[in-house]
Amino acid sequence: MSALHFHFEIDGMDFSSAGDASVAVKKKLRQLGFPSDVIRRCSIAMYEGEINMVIHADGGTADVMVYPDKVVMVLEDHGPGIPDVELAMKEGYSTSTEQIRNMGFGAGMGLPNMKRYTDSLEIETQVGVGTKLTMVVSV
Amino acid sequence: MTVQEMAERLSLKTVCLCEPEREIEGGYTGDLLSWVMGNAQSGDVWITIMSNNNVVAVAVLVDVACVILSEDVTLDPGVQELAEKKGINIFSTAESSFSIGAKVAALL
Repeated sequence: MSALHFHFEIDGMDFSSAGDASVAVKKKLRQLGFPSDVIRRCSIAMYEGEINMVIHADGGTADVMVYPDKVVMVLEDHGPGIPDVELAMKEGYSTSTEQIRNMGFGAGMGLPNMKRYTDSLEIETQVGVGTKLTMVVSV
Repeated sequence: MTVQEMAERLSLKTVCLCEPEREIEGGYTGDLLSWVMGNAQSGDVWITIMSNNNVVAVAVLVDVACVILSEDVTLDPGVQELAEKKGINIFSTAESSFSIGAKVAALL
């Protein structure tokens, strides 16, 4: 089955353009005629991933593959990795700085939201090497 | 009720009004963006004291009907232009989030 493929480069610590990729994905999915709840779930999950890469990993890449029956989002960075994934998945747990919190982030809801809004969330991470997230939203 | 009608009824100041006829369907108050994304619904009136450009991104992604900046918060430089570009309705008020939230709820 062929897929439409979109690739995005995410800049690290650049909050002015953070969200651009997610908003672009939202627009494309809307143009493709996907249901609004699918669009909402994809774009919010992707935004959380994007923000995480900006905050923690000095940026990274996002690849979005759009199939008729699902949207697959792969976010990859070469950041510090996640030492304890189980802890990171806990609502409210955050390692963000005060500065990040003042911007409205760092609520410890990023990964939980990604899990909540997707049908599957796979985390491959290695401390000191990076993190790869694969999220699937079924249509 | 449309956002424009709501703004008139509550004497809100208009920051940008891109879609005056958008219907309001509910409301959400919060400043932690992930909480907003996790809980606010499409068509909500979102009340917040956050003023940076991430407010616009979240408003677009959640598809809120409008944003109300409470406590006389003003947007950071450049954010209004961004909101206009993205078609987001934004109002402001001197009232607290609690107080304006109660008034919005009474209109729904």
